[in-house]
Amino acid sequence: MLKEDLQPSLEQEAQEPLRQRSSLLTEAELADLDTYDALVIEHASKRFLKSGGRKWFRRSSEKQRKQRVVRAVDDVSLTIHRREILGVLGSNGSGKSTLIRLISTLLLPDVGSVKVFGHDVVREERMVQRLINRVSVEAAFFRKLSPMENLLYSARLYGISGAEAREQIRAILMRLGIKEDRIGQPLENMSRGMQQKVAIARAFLTAPILLLLDEPTTGLDPRSKQDVQVFVRQLRDTHDATILLTTHDMDEAEALCDRIAIIDGGRIVAQGTADALKCQVAEKLELDRTATLTEVFMAYTGRDWEAEEAEDSDEEDEE
Amino acid sequence: MIQARSLSDLRGALRSMGAEANKGYAFVERGWYFTKRYWAWEVVWLIYNVVNALAVTFISTAFQGTIHLTQEQLNHIILYLAIGTAIWSYVSVVFDGVTETVTIERWEGTIEYTFMAPVSRLVHMLGICVFSLLHGFVLTALQLIVLGMFFHIDLSGADWSAAIVILAIGSVSLIGLGIVSAILPMLFTERGAQMAYIIRAVLLLVSGVYYPISVLPGWMQQISKVSPATYLLDGLRGSIQNGKGLASLWSDIWPLLICGAISVPLGLFIFNRAERYAKRTGKLKRNG
Repeated sequence: MLKEDLQPSLEQEAQEPLRQRSSLLTEAELADLDTYDALVIEHASKRFLKSGGRKWFRRSSEKQRKQRVVRAVDDVSLTIHRREILGVLGSNGSGKSTLIRLISTLLLPDVGSVKVFGHDVVREERMVQRLINRVSVEAAFFRKLSPMENLLYSARLYGISGAEAREQIRAILMRLGIKEDRIGQPLENMSRGMQQKVAIARAFLTAPILLLLDEPTTGLDPRSKQDVQVFVRQLRDTHDATILLTTHDMDEAEALCDRIAIIDGGRIVAQGTADALKCQVAEKLELDRTATLTEVFMAYTGRDWEAEEAEDSDEEDEE
Repeated sequence: MIQARSLSDLRGALRSMGAEANKGYAFVERGWYFTKRYWAWEVVWLIYNVVNALAVTFISTAFQGTIHLTQEQLNHIILYLAIGTAIWSYVSVVFDGVTETVTIERWEGTIEYTFMAPVSRLVHMLGICVFSLLHGFVLTALQLIVLGMFFHIDLSGADWSAAIVILAIGSVSLIGLGIVSAILPMLFTERGAQMAYIIRAVLLLVSGVYYPISVLPGWMQQISKVSPATYLLDGLRGSIQNGKGLASLWSDIWPLLICGAISVPLGLFIFNRAERYAKRTGKLKRNG
């Protein structure tokens, strides 16, 4: 009896701050969103020059110069439709975080374009910033400050008044399981799981229409991970947010995502629904059962060790 | 109809200005939270400034034993050095406030969140600088009170309204220099804040903090002419020590106005270029 009675009130409590959130955009801007896909990336690339190891007194060869250049994102094209959850799977250093930083206006693409609801991330930076927020794998906060102080700062940056923000912060944090007496305590005294929940609250508070989740559950205990996943699902269901989620967790990707893209060496090597990808790989591997998502991931990103060793020995010969 | 439309435009503009003010206030409020949480550091900083000011001001009493000075001349030197140390503390707190805020953001990794928020760099930098100016003002006032307990400081002839105007105009120039110095910790995580000391050190050398700029070599005097701290100090000494009004201080006011009008837009322009460079090369990424 209790559980059924409580459920609607919890949902109502969760939806209360959600209703307020769209007030950050005007009605005309909200209506305009429907005419575009949430995210359109066309042939975007980002290269970095590796620092260190420069030989100032020896001329470096063409090959060495090329080796110093890291192609973090390489000719990526990707579309996310409105209200979709797209999972981006990739190993460490595959370019997931760089892709998220390009969308977040924190990096400028070398070539190609990134558009959020039709707005270019370079030319219309401020507009894009109003539409997005991001949760990264490391919960970055002013650790001496409390969740309330950190979130109040973020809320004000997005134009939310102090009184409104305080009310929403309390409601969202409590909904995420942060006890009221912890809201005013420094974040440095909180566990990583709790800090990550505060990070999610920060993103949620600022009303993102496109939410970028960069491995939000990495390093969390199973309970915290589940809490976060439930919240992400609620976010999409109750607020019609579009979500780009990068993860290592195959179960999480399968449970949350409408479509999955696999990134390797900065390139999108496969994309589709989990079921479609599984069928493709089962066929490719000639399995008499459906492939698992781990098998899909390995099939598209697995390295040929013999080829890699041969490449290494070639490099040693040149040295 | 037209009246209703212009009224609604006006309301929209006011709402927009209110929203920007709220965003700017975020940085002021955050600065206050830092001050509360790092209160022990505030006490250490205040003690350091007071001890430094006392050490410098005691030099004046040393003259008494070596050369013959009337009490009036001695008081003049004491007040000269007291104003110098006070303004130097103010400049230091403002510069440190701006650069350390960016440094803390680099170490905590929050800089990415601040830079992806829909806030113009003008509002961002103004917010940081306004807190730094208020912070600097309070610490400097406390320093002067303590200094007054050690030395006879006669402020009876001071023109306080002129001093406040000079301080306000001079602070605008400091905002411009503060914005430029904030670039260093943004681009150089580990040593950027220390690199900003160079700007402060040059200001200390050429601006006449502890001695008149006439004692400097000719080429240094030329540099002192482009330092806003030169005019700020000269104006404050004129108003507090000599009781000069605004009309008599015009030779300090117009250079300060020009410095402010140039340094803030120039600082923002340079900061925006540095931000673009950081976004092109991935330097905003957390390093701490």
